[in-house]
Amino acid sequence: MPELDTHIEEVSLDGLRRLVSEEAIEGRTVLLNMGPQHPSTHGVLRLLLELDGEKVVNCIPDVGFLHTGIEKNMEAKTYEKAEVMTDRLDYLNTVGNNLVYCLAIEKLVGLDVPVRAQAIRVILTELQRIASHLVWLGTHALDLAAMSVFLYCFREREVILDIIEMCGGQRMMATFFRPGGLWRDTPVEFEAAVRNFLKNFPKRIKEYEDLLSKNPLFLERTKNIGVFTAEDAIRWGVTGPTLRASGISHDLRKVHPYSGYEQYDFEVPTSDMGDTYGRYLVRIEEMRQSLRIVQQALDKLPYGPVRSNNRKFVPPPRSELGVSMEALIHHFKLWTEGFPAPKGAVYVAVESPRGELGVFLEGDGGPKPYRVHWRTPSFVNLQILPLLAKGHLVADLVALIGTVDIVLGDVDR
Amino acid sequence: MSDPIQIATQAIEERFGAQSSEFREQVSLIIQPEHIVQACQVLHNEFSFDMLVDQTAVDYWPQETPRFHLVYQLYSYTYHIRLFLRVPLNGNVPSLPTIESIYPNANWHERELWDMFGIHFENHSDLRRILMPHDWEGHPLRKDYPLGYEEVQFTFNYDEIDVRKPYAKK
Repeated sequence: MPELDTHIEEVSLDGLRRLVSEEAIEGRTVLLNMGPQHPSTHGVLRLLLELDGEKVVNCIPDVGFLHTGIEKNMEAKTYEKAEVMTDRLDYLNTVGNNLVYCLAIEKLVGLDVPVRAQAIRVILTELQRIASHLVWLGTHALDLAAMSVFLYCFREREVILDIIEMCGGQRMMATFFRPGGLWRDTPVEFEAAVRNFLKNFPKRIKEYEDLLSKNPLFLERTKNIGVFTAEDAIRWGVTGPTLRASGISHDLRKVHPYSGYEQYDFEVPTSDMGDTYGRYLVRIEEMRQSLRIVQQALDKLPYGPVRSNNRKFVPPPRSELGVSMEALIHHFKLWTEGFPAPKGAVYVAVESPRGELGVFLEGDGGPKPYRVHWRTPSFVNLQILPLLAKGHLVADLVALIGTVDIVLGDVDR
Repeated sequence: MSDPIQIATQAIEERFGAQSSEFREQVSLIIQPEHIVQACQVLHNEFSFDMLVDQTAVDYWPQETPRFHLVYQLYSYTYHIRLFLRVPLNGNVPSLPTIESIYPNANWHERELWDMFGIHFENHSDLRRILMPHDWEGHPLRKDYPLGYEEVQFTFNYDEIDVRKPYAKK
């Protein structure tokens, strides 16, 4: 029988010495491993905790368990083919990932997007934002022992996923947005389905608020837990609802509008509390504002094409292939070698449910991206977890992981 | 080009000999690695670039001078403008000072750069690998790092392929 390799690397105290305090080495505080298979770490996050009784003295996040090398893989595919991988980054904001990647390509090559496509992009990303906040709300409440909210949230999320499936054929990884517009126009049932959601959802938000906002157990667990000041938020590069709950009204949809956000009337909710409860209020209000945007976009949804007709970047429709020689050539060229992008780097950022989601795209004149880098909000926001956790109880740490709203696919890429 | 960004780029050009360029309405400054800490300090204190948005790198292998470009992206909440700093780095094992003291969130960005590109940051508080396992060999986002597969070496092209895969050797 062959000998099994039972070698396990020894954990050396020297390796830990720089990370934890001297008291842990001497044995006066306890080192505890939390995750990566812990249900309350929202994915495969591992935390090394140094505890004094129930109190967290130090918290060291260990990430990378979900690293899939997407940035490296995208370099080996053409611009358009690499897009399917963007869905897999932040799996709760798949539509938003598609959007930022398409915007980056459009900026790099100078491609136009028809107004109808822009409006549909806005509708779907806002619905996706609501879906993402619903997952956040459900799991956050579940972590704080409010089981019923979780089930209600996932019920409503399913309606949004059905709408996305109706458009792109997939619930989550739809890749419905393409450089220059959309894959195809929305089906006829789309408008009625979205209107139905718009009609029902305000009542649902009220239900969640009835269950949580004045619930003494929820207040006890969230008020004054993980207070984060505005100065710290800027210093640590925190973005999104976490920043806005610290009192800074900064939303990329308002400050640097993209995809026609400047035509919609909406507010940027903020809170001065800076604690877990403040972040809860901001996200709840954001769902209402998203509904307003969807309503406006749907009311003035223009008719027309949904994809640019620049044939150098956008493949021609199937109907043209049989009658036009040029269309056949373009079809062949675009699907075999892709389109070339100029030499240069662009950075495009959108407001994802978690904060500033940016993509840094560098072209070298060829059909494949030379470098793609994702500036993901979860990666940057997770850095503040040790700051938030210090001095709180282990039970509160669970609330804090939830309140930062991380998605591990977004952290590890 | 908006006004505050023009003033900031001019000042950095004059003080640190940087060169500015513009592509798709985005201003980048090429600045030498020895000036980066001071330049960030000046931009942070005098021109209110109070947030480090992102830090990344691009590998131009097989070119050696510069082999890498380090890209810093700063944002100003006062003027709502972005500025890109590009730092050319020569050689295969480049090293430059950390900017952690000015922007604390550079900590994880620099760990990622060390992990993915093998760029060393001097005086960094905790320069460990962040995404790859701690005993991993090589730096995956380098252009000479193979993408999950290895080229097959035959007798006639063994040496030719061997020089392209330095991490395959034990």
